[in-house]
Amino acid sequence: MMTFNWRSAFAIYRREMSRAFRTAFQSILSPVLTTSLYFVVFGTVIGARMEPIGGVPYGAFIIPGLLMLTLLGETTSNASFGIYMPRFTGTIYELLSAPVGVAETLTGFVGAAMTKGLILAAIILTTATFFVDYEIRYPVFAALYIMLVASSFALFGFILGIWADSFEKLGIIPLLILTPLTFLGGTFYSIRDLPAPWDDIALANPIAFLVSGLRYSFYGVADVPIAVSLGLTLGFLVACVAVIAIIFRTGWRLRE
Amino acid sequence: MSEPILSIRGLTKTYKGGTRALDGVDLSINRGEIFALLGPNGAGKTTLIGAVCGLVRPTSGTMTAFGHDLSRDWRRARARIGLVPQELATDMFETVWRAVAYSQGLFGKPYDPARLGEILKSLSLWDKKDAQIRALSGGMKRRVLIAKALAHDPELLFLDEPTAGVDVELRKDMWQQIAALKERGVTIILTTHYIEEAEEMADRVGIIQGGRILMVDEKRAMMERLGTTEAVIDLAAPLAALPPEIAAFPVELADGGTRLIYRGGNGEGGGRADVAQLAQALTRAGVAFTSLDIHDSSLEDIFVGLLGGKEAA
Repeated sequence: MMTFNWRSAFAIYRREMSRAFRTAFQSILSPVLTTSLYFVVFGTVIGARMEPIGGVPYGAFIIPGLLMLTLLGETTSNASFGIYMPRFTGTIYELLSAPVGVAETLTGFVGAAMTKGLILAAIILTTATFFVDYEIRYPVFAALYIMLVASSFALFGFILGIWADSFEKLGIIPLLILTPLTFLGGTFYSIRDLPAPWDDIALANPIAFLVSGLRYSFYGVADVPIAVSLGLTLGFLVACVAVIAIIFRTGWRLRE
Repeated sequence: MSEPILSIRGLTKTYKGGTRALDGVDLSINRGEIFALLGPNGAGKTTLIGAVCGLVRPTSGTMTAFGHDLSRDWRRARARIGLVPQELATDMFETVWRAVAYSQGLFGKPYDPARLGEILKSLSLWDKKDAQIRALSGGMKRRVLIAKALAHDPELLFLDEPTAGVDVELRKDMWQQIAALKERGVTIILTTHYIEEAEEMADRVGIIQGGRILMVDEKRAMMERLGTTEAVIDLAAPLAALPPEIAAFPVELADGGTRLIYRGGNGEGGGRADVAQLAQALTRAGVAFTSLDIHDSSLEDIFVGLLGGKEAA
């Protein structure tokens, strides 16, 4: 019979959260500072000279994209680091020898990464109010969508942390793939404003759908239908869960 | 006899690349005993422990702990098993208290500060409970690993080279800790390079080499069966041949007849009585001797002899 060990899951979760607060500057303050700089430069200074996009002032328009930029990078990095470090230091032995399965492990590691992502999102949105005026049109949907994206990319980060066998590999995906794709995914512009054929080519970038989905929840405007954004994000989440289930079943990179 | 607490049948492990670390291991561990697994580097000791504890996926074979199949009912079994690894693998930035509390929760136990305090005090870690692990000495870190393994009160405890790299004083202190655990009813399986350690603590000894268990026996029985006494008798005058009075003893002449070598008896001192009779027989035969040196073989001699014989075969 499948049982879920809440105490084990909570132990992992609490330790991961403790690690985040122990390294608060790197985990929380650093991304908030970086995002605030974007708001100052693009939102306030340059944004004041830009035309509204889709009826949304430019400073407010870039908020969902900047939020997505931080959310994707931080949840992925947190989850990947969380599982990679025990593998690197050898403390993974304790997790593997405990009465803990994939469900408890994911609840602990991914739950903590997701929580950190949500804390960051809340801080960034609060910080944004100091620089630009904005209102969220569908706040409940926005919160749920942020949670969905955070959990999906925490799962993705978990896979990354198991795949990586060096610190260099750990940093490659967030830095060299996620960040560029987010920049090119309509963070600072609407991809529908791109000249042909770049507007269609931009749709090959999956991050564009995420940015568009979050922007819809904020302002009711989107580059692609919201159902497509939601479906893609859910599909990504399911794919990550499936990959992790296979990893635990085969022991790949965990139990050789 | 009660059912074994751990039963391993036909366990094999072949790593990628073809290295066969375990080759049909059969082993039963009795409740409440200290079992020492001896073997040279690469013999398969750590792989065997890893397979039982869930760190290594066996290629084939069955393992049962507390009556639970470890491949199917692993949650119930693992909740009752503790592991102290060979490497000093801990979260160096965590405090001792938090690290041990984490282990307690990870194994599904409710947070119990009283029990954590008992464990830390028993391992002389109480004064260090708020210290970061990185600030501790190697011996103290080893104790933290033991405390973490004990945090969920396991009934079966694996100690993989528990005293590797610790000084003699601390090693003897560890032996006392292990003996105290046995007193509390914990079954202990330890691997060690220090045969003295096995000789001091173990009830039974298993010898593993090349992924195969060469022998499992009670330590005392093993020493009786395979142990020997060696006596070297320096003669006052050289002998050309053995006198008939001592011909029945397992002796031989050496060093041009100036030295008599006795090899016989068992490792539990049976040979010493034999040597006393040999000395009397020499006196009766009128053979004078100037010195007599007796040495009983240790577990180490048996271990080296067994492995040497296996390698020569």
